[in-house]
Amino acid sequence: MSTATLLERPAPAPRLIEHFERGLNSPICLTWELTYACNLSCVHCLSASGRRDPRELTTEECKAVIDELQRMQVFYVNIGGGEPTVRSDFWELIDYATSHDVGVKFSTNGVKITSEIAERLARNDYVDIQISLDGATAEVNDAIRGPGSFDLAMRALQRLSDAGMTRLKLSVVCTRTNIGQLDEFKAIADRFGAQLRLTRLRPAGRGADVWHELHPTQDQQRELYQWLLAHGEEVLTGDSFFHLSALGESLPGLNLCGAGRVVCLIDPIGDVYACPFAIHDEFLAGNIRSEGGFDGVWRHSDLFARLREPQTGGACSSCQFFDTCRGGCMAAKFFTGLPLDGPDPECVRGFADEALAAVDGERPKPSGDHSHRTSPPRPRAGKSRPVKLTLQLSKPTAPPVSACNANPLAGLSID
Amino acid sequence: MTPITPESVLRVHGRVSIRPEPFGALLYHFGTRRLSFLKSPVLLHVVESLGEGRTVAQALDDADVAPQQRPGVLRALATLRESEMLVEEAA
Repeated sequence: MSTATLLERPAPAPRLIEHFERGLNSPICLTWELTYACNLSCVHCLSASGRRDPRELTTEECKAVIDELQRMQVFYVNIGGGEPTVRSDFWELIDYATSHDVGVKFSTNGVKITSEIAERLARNDYVDIQISLDGATAEVNDAIRGPGSFDLAMRALQRLSDAGMTRLKLSVVCTRTNIGQLDEFKAIADRFGAQLRLTRLRPAGRGADVWHELHPTQDQQRELYQWLLAHGEEVLTGDSFFHLSALGESLPGLNLCGAGRVVCLIDPIGDVYACPFAIHDEFLAGNIRSEGGFDGVWRHSDLFARLREPQTGGACSSCQFFDTCRGGCMAAKFFTGLPLDGPDPECVRGFADEALAAVDGERPKPSGDHSHRTSPPRPRAGKSRPVKLTLQLSKPTAPPVSACNANPLAGLSID
Repeated sequence: MTPITPESVLRVHGRVSIRPEPFGALLYHFGTRRLSFLKSPVLLHVVESLGEGRTVAQALDDADVAPQQRPGVLRALATLRESEMLVEEAA
């Protein structure tokens, strides 16, 4: 899901990129997933979310993370989940972060955006909101995000827009079923004064199960590329599509895999991964609960040290587009079973097609799965969940008697 | 864009944070949400020497900026003023 506004800027001088490749003192773009709990069960969920994990960070632990981010001068954090707003301390944490020099951009499906909350958010200058929508029509969206999710998102957009929220984004994961709706997405965003943000479908989490059916075709990738070129910097991409630069011009952004260099993920239980698309033991750098905290993981983890070493382009280094494409997305390669130093599974030159066809179904499985055990999630106990009881109905054979009746066996009938 | 002269008086905007990095520093403006890069330790030194009514010339001296580097540094300061990272005070 989230990467940063900060990465959605023109590419700086190449020399700076080399510094980025060697890693920075603190991340520029940090994603923090606050919970694995979610009211939805989107088919492509990167973090395979659904159920809360009992080990999730407490309010106090979250505040300690924010204190540390302030010390490390991480100016901005992208909060997601799961559905982060279902945490009962969510608004408290947002206020805590923004009053400690840590700006917040959070992604939500809109479930908790009441009119009252919308007004509160509109007043906080350090909060940006991304509403997720994966279809410009209910039919396309709900097939991916679940029944009712289109209406939920539109309701949240309306309430935020009514409250005068200006830092609003409409966040779309581009799939085979919605590439044809790019103009409609733009129209929806414009209607609510929101900025459109398009990102790439990754084969991570549950996304690995649907990637082969849902990732854009080569023709659609070209359509997307042309559309992005035509819309330039008015549309954000979180630097998602740098693999498309092999179609010609490079797109705005860093054009760099930032994993472990300028980007990382803190998951709900405090595990630190190289990037939000790589929730797998292979990319686990450490845990913020360990001695040294997040700063210790960022600076000293062996994994991050390896990712900051010069990478070889492998099979890609002879490609004329290597400078801008750089072999594409590490996580996409990993979860589709491709070698990390070869082409991206969606290589627009088609160099991955053969290798992809040769993968014999043995692809890495996500290390964790918090999916709902039923889909759609069943109603929670205590609310409307039916309780199955067998009631024995016996017809009274005598009128009820009071407890004061002298006979202790009054009313008892023995069959 | 009016050029920065050695007599200009500049300070870092009150809502800007400076984060030192191996290449120089990252500047983040909490008001405009923009990020800028100071691409050399020398430029960082100059920016850190600004403030308290000091002129650009004084900051350049503090940072021991060689004469041939000064035009480039002045251009960088003008860019930072343009993006509101630096604020110019009336001389």
